[in-house]
Amino acid sequence: MSLTELHLALLAGAPRHGYDIKQEHDAWFPDSRPLPFGQVYATLARLQRDGLAEVVETRVDGGPERTVYALTDAGDERLRAWLTEPAPPTGTGAEEIVRKTIAALHTGIDVQGHVARQRAVHLRRMRELGQVPPGASPAERLVREHLIAHLDADLRWLDLATDLLRSSPTPPERTHS
Amino acid sequence: MNPPTLTLSAVSHTYGRTQALRDATLSVAPGEVVAVTGPSGCGKSTLLLLAAGVLRAQSGRVTVAGTELSGVDDTARALVRRRSIGLVLQFGQLVPDLPVRDNVALPLLLEGHPAADARAAADGWLDRVGLAVGPDTLPSELSGGQAQLAAAARALVHGPALLLADEPTASLDTRSGRALLDLMLATTVAAGGAVLLVTHDNTVAARADREVRLRDGVIEHEVALS
Ligand SMILES: Nc1ncnc2c1ncn2[C@@H]1O[C@H](COP(=O)(O)OP(=O)(O)OP(=O)(O)O)[C@@H](O)[C@H]1O
Ligand SMILES: [Mg+2]
Repeated sequence: MSLTELHLALLAGAPRHGYDIKQEHDAWFPDSRPLPFGQVYATLARLQRDGLAEVVETRVDGGPERTVYALTDAGDERLRAWLTEPAPPTGTGAEEIVRKTIAALHTGIDVQGHVARQRAVHLRRMRELGQVPPGASPAERLVREHLIAHLDADLRWLDLATDLLRSSPTPPERTHS
Repeated sequence: MNPPTLTLSAVSHTYGRTQALRDATLSVAPGEVVAVTGPSGCGKSTLLLLAAGVLRAQSGRVTVAGTELSGVDDTARALVRRRSIGLVLQFGQLVPDLPVRDNVALPLLLEGHPAADARAAADGWLDRVGLAVGPDTLPSELSGGQAQLAAAARALVHGPALLLADEPTASLDTRSGRALLDLMLATTVAAGGAVLLVTHDNTVAARADREVRLRDGVIEHEVALS
């Protein structure tokens, strides 16, 4: 999990406090689980301990006290190093569809229903992601495109898996050696 | 609720000994977009050609904009096709001897619109799909993708109640394909038209309100997407 580097990236634009970081994260990744506050604060504390971020200000404007963090030079270096490495060439979060499909094909339990339901949720999500809100930044569009491409890949894999395994005379068995 | 623009009831079709479509039942309401998907050879184009009245249903009924196609003669069927249907075939078929611009104007020319008006409308649609051609450019001078753009313009020029499109963006790059799809869906749906879209591209199917999945000539499932 590259949450550390992700927090560094969220701090790279400008010094921010925890609430800002959470908001920014959730805007960057409309598809992922909202970032829990607890996690943000724990990560910031770790970044500070490791010299990757520092406290630049403590604001008290009427409301609760807010600690503003900024990237240190070491943090900036670490972020850049991370961005130099390509991401592993794996689909994101595709394990569940693989598990369910393989289980459906092995057991033969409602394969057709599984395909229909899986296609429906995937296509609906692709449809939603394709409806880009007016005024969305190019970066948000690109994040959406990335998600759409992954969902498309899942569906193509689903086609291939059902075709291959349905046309084989017997369901695949574990091979004993 | 308005009556469906297109209805297929238990439609089957056989080529020689190949049963390409068996007992297909589906309908598309005005303003609705339905995607027909499925692997190669599953019968998608056959279904579309039956809906267009290009193929005659060997059994079952096909109704377009209130006319049952199998219940009328060839002339009446051709009339429904001309007036109510915009058809984009899989390989963007254009009339080879006719300039591209006249190909696009054809649905209006056949309806007896003055040639100057029909050509002006054609120019407007060529412009909207983003295809720049001269007045004498022939279909043979177009790339595959450009022919698809022209075929789409021809299908939209007369504001059809039913748009039937077979892999309409298959020869286009992602961006041009998406722009064309946006144009086809937006203009047809805004005018209350119905769209039947044949595709094996999930990103295209995801634009529909409903997916109808074919497999070996049989409708395997139908799911709502909106
Ligand atoms: N004119 C024809 N003569 C004989 N057989 C045909 C003809 N057209 C189609 N077929 C057969 O009917 C079946 C369905 O073909 P169809 O063209 O409808 O499939 P499709 O789903 O559109 O495929 P693709 O995704 O490759 O375009 C196939 O088995 C095909 O070989
Ligand atoms: Mg076809």
